[in-house]
Amino acid sequence: MKSFIAFIIKEYYHIIRDKRSLLILLGMPIVQIILFGYGITNEINDANIAILDNSKDNITKEISNKLLSTKYFKLKRYLDSEREIEKSFKSGEIKQVLVFEPHFAENLQKFGSASIHLITDGTDPNIGNTIMNYTNSIILNYQSEMNVNLAGIINVLPEVKMRYNPELKGVYLFVPGLITIILNLISAMMTSISIAREKEMGTMEVLLVSPMKPIFVIVAKLIPYSLISFSITIIILILGGTIFNVPITGSLGFLLLECILYLFLGLSMGILISTIAPTQQVAMFISMIGLMLPTILLSGFIIPIENMPYWLQILSNIIPAKWFIIIIKDIMLKGSGITFVWKETLIIVLMITFLLIVSAKKYKIRLQ
Amino acid sequence: MKAIIVENIVKTYQKVLAVNNVSFEVEYGEIFGLIGPDGAGKTSIMRILTTLILPDSGAFQVDNFDGFKQFKEIRKSIGYMPGRFSLYPDLTVRENINLFASIFNTSIAENYHLVKDIYSQLEPFENRPAGKLSGGMKQKLALSCALIHKPNILFLDEPTTGVDALSRVEFWDMLKKLKYDGMAILVSTPYMDEVSKCDRIGLMQNGNMLKIESPKNIEEDFRRNLYAIKTEQTYLVLETLKSYKYTDTVFAFGESIHYTDKRIEDVSVSIFDYLYKNHLNIEIKQIRANVEDCFMDLMRNSNE
Repeated sequence: MKSFIAFIIKEYYHIIRDKRSLLILLGMPIVQIILFGYGITNEINDANIAILDNSKDNITKEISNKLLSTKYFKLKRYLDSEREIEKSFKSGEIKQVLVFEPHFAENLQKFGSASIHLITDGTDPNIGNTIMNYTNSIILNYQSEMNVNLAGIINVLPEVKMRYNPELKGVYLFVPGLITIILNLISAMMTSISIAREKEMGTMEVLLVSPMKPIFVIVAKLIPYSLISFSITIIILILGGTIFNVPITGSLGFLLLECILYLFLGLSMGILISTIAPTQQVAMFISMIGLMLPTILLSGFIIPIENMPYWLQILSNIIPAKWFIIIIKDIMLKGSGITFVWKETLIIVLMITFLLIVSAKKYKIRLQ
Repeated sequence: MKAIIVENIVKTYQKVLAVNNVSFEVEYGEIFGLIGPDGAGKTSIMRILTTLILPDSGAFQVDNFDGFKQFKEIRKSIGYMPGRFSLYPDLTVRENINLFASIFNTSIAENYHLVKDIYSQLEPFENRPAGKLSGGMKQKLALSCALIHKPNILFLDEPTTGVDALSRVEFWDMLKKLKYDGMAILVSTPYMDEVSKCDRIGLMQNGNMLKIESPKNIEEDFRRNLYAIKTEQTYLVLETLKSYKYTDTVFAFGESIHYTDKRIEDVSVSIFDYLYKNHLNIEIKQIRANVEDCFMDLMRNSNE
């Protein structure tokens, strides 16, 4: 026990004396959450649009005003003819053109239907879809407000499914996603590098030739590193709450418990990596390429899982982050308790058990 | 009771034979030196005996524990100092030795007498990070850390490589003291001049144990006359002697040339004459063979 405590203290010295790494460790999540939170988002604000109003009656004006009164759209210009549509798209000024057919209000009264043509810039399909959806829902909203008995009064053509969060709030999705990915990467990377360093420096050689059980060497590392990962979790939660106003609807205690469970998963991944990696560089490489890419791409963080090809959807099941994103989103956004996320929690517990068993089996009590 | 018993150990790394059927024994209270050039298999033997790697075949006992079944007991009763510096460079001298004392469930106070001689030299630098010590100081700290738990057997893999001459003398004095306390010490070194400090040595080359003997006996086993030749033109003399019909061996040895002849009698005069005819001026005298001469001789014989 005495040797175990001495070993934890030694790890603490390593961490506290390597100021640069500590700064990167604590600073990286902050920079990432701010960059991701602001930069990579599907949310549309102030998208430039143009309107070609061939009718210019009171209803077309009302619809236009309704669109432009939201913060999502900004009118770039009114167009005078069909020919200008192509030109304004090519200049890159606008994302969408609304075309009202001639005699819009008249048709509406006479035939019970009138059409608006929505042309959207599809170069970025995600943004294009989102813009279409916004417009669509605003027009439908207007339609119901008019409270006209006949259904389908205004035919809006686009048939696009809502793909993202129903509230269309980007940050709400990104903060839980970021916590998931950062926690996983940092805890896995820290442990694997730290164990690989013992191998690289030759200190593992000396430690092996001692009564200290190799497993204690590892466990002693986990304690300080789980503390760091946990403080990083708190930092991200506070940042999410203050900068991006992401609420924590569910119980904070339960959320933190799930986070601790998940960071143990990252640490166990780190142990497994360190059983393979002989040097710090290899450990870093495996954590970055082998872990980060699949985690970001397959966890549903950036690409929704439902949009993936079937075989990738199957593959995504082995990505722990996929399950934790579900848990953390449910707790933070929906306020769910254990009754709703017990399945995902169980999967994570099983994954930790599996990783630890494999690591223990693979762990070398000798040099080779 | 032997401290170390090694029987027919073989170790290969991906078809490269590192240790070839090596056997030897070490007593308690004995310094046994493994001598040989780089790649001779010294480190492999050290690692096998410290249970860090498994041999392909053979058997060994360390401190009367079986090398395979009781490797955990072995790890508790030995001290090991690897060839390269293997302490934590970001921890201070004091923190390093404290850590190793704790790992072995002991304390500095308990075994201070064991390390006093060398550790007292480190005490002025107790708060300096180990990575910032000089080469000699690093090795002294590493030895202190390997000794702090009072091991029965000490394994030192090239402990004096990169250490200044004075520190090397101190280092060996320290080992001598430990030996008198009954500790068995297995030490490897590439330096031939350290050989005389060992009680017995094993000469190694290409994984083979060429000979096990006390340094004195090894030197006495050298039966032929050995000549030391001093000259200003070492290279020319070497080349000229290589083409001399009576030459047995000739090689540069520090500032002089060591030479053996195929003839049994004292041939100093005829050598001098031969070189003089070739316009080379030398001093020649007959000398006692040292371990390095014996080693070169053994190496040559095993290569043939």
